[in-house]
Amino acid sequence: MSDEETKREILLPGDEIKQEGLKPGKGVFKKDGKIYAAKLGVKTIKKGYVNVAAQSGRYDPQKGDKVIGTVTDLDASYWTVDVNAPFPAVLHVNDVPWRVDYGDTASYIEVGDALLVKITDVDEQKRMQITIDEEGLRKLDVGQIVEIPPSQVPRIIGRGGSMISMLKKYTGCKIFVGQNGRIWIDGDLEGQYLAIKAINMIEENAQALGLTEAVKNYLKEETGKDFDE
Amino acid sequence: MGSNKDIELIKDGKRIDGRDFDELREIKIKAGVLKRADGSAYLEWGKNKVMAAVYGPREMHPRHAQETTKAVVRARYNMAAFSVPDRKRPGPDRRSIEISKLISEALEKVVFTEKYPRSVIDVFVEVLQASAGTRCCGLTAASVALADAGIPMSDLVASCASGKIEGQVVLDLGKNEDNYGQADLPIGYIPRSDELCLLQMDGNLSEDEYEEAMDMSIEACKEIYEIQKEALREKYSTELQAEKLNEEEM
Repeated sequence: MSDEETKREILLPGDEIKQEGLKPGKGVFKKDGKIYAAKLGVKTIKKGYVNVAAQSGRYDPQKGDKVIGTVTDLDASYWTVDVNAPFPAVLHVNDVPWRVDYGDTASYIEVGDALLVKITDVDEQKRMQITIDEEGLRKLDVGQIVEIPPSQVPRIIGRGGSMISMLKKYTGCKIFVGQNGRIWIDGDLEGQYLAIKAINMIEENAQALGLTEAVKNYLKEETGKDFDE
Repeated sequence: MGSNKDIELIKDGKRIDGRDFDELREIKIKAGVLKRADGSAYLEWGKNKVMAAVYGPREMHPRHAQETTKAVVRARYNMAAFSVPDRKRPGPDRRSIEISKLISEALEKVVFTEKYPRSVIDVFVEVLQASAGTRCCGLTAASVALADAGIPMSDLVASCASGKIEGQVVLDLGKNEDNYGQADLPIGYIPRSDELCLLQMDGNLSEDEYEEAMDMSIEACKEIYEIQKEALREKYSTELQAEKLNEEEM
């Protein structure tokens, strides 16, 4: 990773990025041949592109993101799903794994149901197409959902998924972190409770030193298990 | 502007509150003070106390106000009932509607609105305590709150006023100077591109005085710009250091 992503530094809107031979990526803008940061965030360099990864703000839907949504409305041939974005997404009957007759949408998915969906397209008007007809995507019938700021999703996942795999291991729960900041947790009640406590701990201490260790110690103490040995 | 000269505004080359002609009042900014908002800032500028909060981008209601190609920046400037010596009658009035409009338009100049079509970015500016120059305070705080909310923008906006008292051009009018002075010239300045996004004038200035006042204000805005950036860095750099350490561990 070191050749792709080297130094990290905080940038503010309008800060010039002084680096030769880089192309403008996400979160930056180019003016008069110079590259500037467009939002508050961390500079990252990947494959010759310079990006600014946001440190705050709302979820900005991207094509290919797997997110957790809740159904807010339905019609004869589609459902409207809230995925925590500025606008609701549309789930068409063609994008579900069942054959749904016209007007029969309610017998498959109802208002209030939670879904694990993938964003298949975002157009320039920010209208979203989503699908549930793919491996791993489904209706979430059990478990519970907690919400965190979308900018903290990478922290819950950890470097190379270290934090999330640790959470799964110690709590014995199934956990899925949606890119939109919604986390689905399923397992025995005690495990769920512990997972939520750990997630809250990560959220509140996102800036604390040695967070991974602290969370690990907390989980060890609560469960009495130790996977390090 | 008050013609009523019953108060001495300049004494021994100093202003009534002891400042030099080109001296700002003390400014303090803190970013990210409200948990519920997407972004926020608290600003103290002399005796002014202003809170700004940003929500969005989110779905625009009413829908007829949506713009199909860009987001709308909708600012609301409001003075608390207790912000002035006599109780201010709550609710929008002629003055606060004007300032809301001007803050909206100034911020729209820097926000990349085309990235969020059909949506709205709500900016709330609450004046908790007023002591001259609240529109500049509001704009300065709002732009910090926008950056804190992670809204893509080309730069921060710094804002400051200058004016004329007893025939002398001075920077950043205080309460009495505003009431009994001869002119007031608030500006909003975009430092990176050296552009203005707000310019108003109350009272009269000659061409030379105007130039002098502008130069003073722009210099001051650059100073304010650094304070704004410092406030944002203060909030985020601590988070960043920690994050770096976490990664090394992993």
